[in-house]
Amino acid sequence: MSGLTISNLTKRYKSDTVLDDISLEIAEGETLVLFGPSGAGKTVLLRCIAGAVDPEAGTIAIGGTDMTDVPPEGRGVGMAFQNFALFPHMTAFDNIASPLTARRFGREKIRSGVEAVAKLLKIDHVLSHAPKALSNGQKQRTALARALAAQPKMLLLDDPLRNVDAKLRFEMRLELPRLLSEQGATVIYVTQDYKEAMALADKIAVLVEGRIIQMGTPEDIYLRPADIRIAEQFGDPAINLLEVTPERDAQGNFVSLSKKRVELGPGYDSAVGRPCILGVRPEAIGFSGGAEAIEVTIEAETPFNEKTVTLATTKGGREILISRPAGTPAPASGTAGIDIDASAAVLFDQETGRRIEPGSDKTRARDAA
Amino acid sequence: MEHTSALERVLRGAALSAVVLFFMFPIFWIVLMSFQTNETILRSPPSMVFEPTLSNYVALITGRLETQAGSLDIDFMRNLMNSVILSVSSVALALVLGVPAAYAFARHKFRGSEDIAFTLLSFRFAPPLLVLLPLTLYFQQIGLADTYVGLVWVYQLICLPLILWIVRGYFEDISPDVEHAYRIAGHGWGATFMKIALPLAGPGIAAAGLLAFIFAWNNFIFALVLASADKQPVTVGALAFVTASGIQYGQIAAAVVLSIAPTLALALYAQRYLVEGLSLGAVKG
Repeated sequence: MSGLTISNLTKRYKSDTVLDDISLEIAEGETLVLFGPSGAGKTVLLRCIAGAVDPEAGTIAIGGTDMTDVPPEGRGVGMAFQNFALFPHMTAFDNIASPLTARRFGREKIRSGVEAVAKLLKIDHVLSHAPKALSNGQKQRTALARALAAQPKMLLLDDPLRNVDAKLRFEMRLELPRLLSEQGATVIYVTQDYKEAMALADKIAVLVEGRIIQMGTPEDIYLRPADIRIAEQFGDPAINLLEVTPERDAQGNFVSLSKKRVELGPGYDSAVGRPCILGVRPEAIGFSGGAEAIEVTIEAETPFNEKTVTLATTKGGREILISRPAGTPAPASGTAGIDIDASAAVLFDQETGRRIEPGSDKTRARDAA
Repeated sequence: MEHTSALERVLRGAALSAVVLFFMFPIFWIVLMSFQTNETILRSPPSMVFEPTLSNYVALITGRLETQAGSLDIDFMRNLMNSVILSVSSVALALVLGVPAAYAFARHKFRGSEDIAFTLLSFRFAPPLLVLLPLTLYFQQIGLADTYVGLVWVYQLICLPLILWIVRGYFEDISPDVEHAYRIAGHGWGATFMKIALPLAGPGIAAAGLLAFIFAWNNFIFALVLASADKQPVTVGALAFVTASGIQYGQIAAAVVLSIAPTLALALYAQRYLVEGLSLGAVKG
C-alpha cells in the first residue's frame, strides 16, 4: 500500500508559483528526504501535506485515503517544525501530550505514552519544564517527541536539526534512522544538508524552484545527478567541474585535459563537439606516476580524520580537488601526476546544466549482447 | 557613557522630577481639597495648612449635602454604581465581540477585511457629537434612551475599536506555526482558539480591556445626553455639585478622588501589562 501519493500539486502565493505541479509517491514505511536550497518550496510542500496550507490544485492521499479537503486535525500526521513551534505556556509534558489529549485518552494512558517517548528521546528529566527553560537540543527533542507521541502513520519532519548545535546534530543523525524505523511510519524529512539526506533517506527528492528535478535513491543522486546543481550540492569536498568539449577518434570518445587524453565511457556520441562540463568526484582522482598522468602543481593539503583533500592546479590553471583515504602516500608539494577515473565521471550539457545520459550506446551494447 | 554620567544624571533627575510634579500635582491638590471645606479652599492666598475634615466624604456617602441654602439630596453613590455597571458591562460585551473578531482579522485575510477593520477604527476618531443627535432620536423612538442596554450599546463605539485593534496586533504576534502544531496534533480550530490563541494573547487582552475600561469610565458626553439622573455615571453626576448656592468644591474634589480611585488602582496594578501590551501591538510590522 502506498504511504503517500501526491498528484499534480500546485500552490501559488499571488502570482508566485511556489509548488509547480508536484507528483510523487512513497511506499508505506519509507523515508523520503526532500532536499533543496532555501525557498525551493520544501516547507510549503510539507505544510500542504499536513493541511496547514491549502493547495490551489492537485490531490494528497495519505495511506490510500484522499486527504485534500480534510482539516489538519483529521489527517493523523505528526509534524516537527523547524522553529519547534512548542506551546510556550505549557510544560514539556503537556506539549508532548497534546496529540494524546486530542484523542481523548485516559490520564494513565497519556502519562505512560508521554513517558515512553520522552525516555526514548532522553528528555524524561525535563518534562515538568516550560519550553523557555529548555536548551535548544531539549526543545528540538520535545518537538520531535510531540510529533511521535501518537505514533502517527505519517511523520513530517521539517529540518528538525537545523537549529541545534553541531554535536547534537551529529548524535541525532546517528540516532534518527533507528528511531524512525522503530516507528514504522512513512517519513518525509526536509533538509538542506546532504549528509543528513544521505544518512536518512530511502529515497531523495530534489526540489528546486517548486519542481522536483530528480527523485531516486541516495546512490542515484550521488552517482547520477540529473543536474549540475544537484551534483554541486551533494558531496564533500565538492565535485570537480571542468569545462570540456568531448572529441571522438578511432578508439572512442574522449576529452582532453592538459593535452592528455581522458577516456569517456561509451554512449556519449551525442555530446561530441558540444561544450560540456565534466563532473569528477574528488575520490575518483588518484595520484599516478604513469605516462598518461596529467601534470598538476599541488597548492594545499587539508587533512581530515578519515581522508586527505589536496587542492592542485593544472598547467591550464584549472583547480582540482583530490580526495584520498588518510594515511595513503602522496606527494605533499611540488608537481605530481594525476589519473582521472572517467568511468565514474558525469557529463553535463554546459548550456542547460542537465546531465547527458550515456543512453544510446547502452541500448546498442544491450542489443549486441 | 561614563564621561557624561555626573551632569547627565543630575539633569535627568531634575527633568524627571519636573515631569512627575507636573502630572502628579493636580491629583495631589485634588486630594488635599477633598479634605477641606469650601471656605478653606476658597481663601486667598491658598495655603497647605488647614484642619482636615471628612465632611465631604460623609456628605457623598450619606447622600445629604448641607449648604447654606439648606440640605440637598445627591445621588453620588448611585452614580458610582452606574459607572461600575456601565463600564464593566461595556468592556465585557466588547471583549466577547471584539476578541473573536480581532482573531478573525489577524488570521484570515479576506476581501475587504482591511476595510472593515479600518471602518471600525474610524469610529474612534469621529467626534461623538456627530452621532449623538441622530442616536438620541433613534433611541427615543425604539425605547433605548435612558436604559443601561442603550448606553452599553453606545459605549461600544469607545470600547470595541480599541479592543479590536490592540488584540489583533497581539494575535498577529503569535506564530501561526504554534496554532498549526496544535491542530496537526488533532485539535479542532475551536479548541486551538481557546487553548492556544487566547492564553498566548492573554496579556494583550488584559491590557486592551483595562484601557477600554478607563475610556468607558471617563466618558462624559454620551451619558450626559443619553442618560437621565438615575442612569448617570459619576462623570455626569458631578455636575450636581454646581448648586444654586454655589459650587461645592470640597464635594467635587471628594467625588473626583472616589471616582478616579478604581481606575487609578487598576492602572497602577496593571501598568506593566499596559505598557507591554500596547507597545507589542504597535511594534508589529
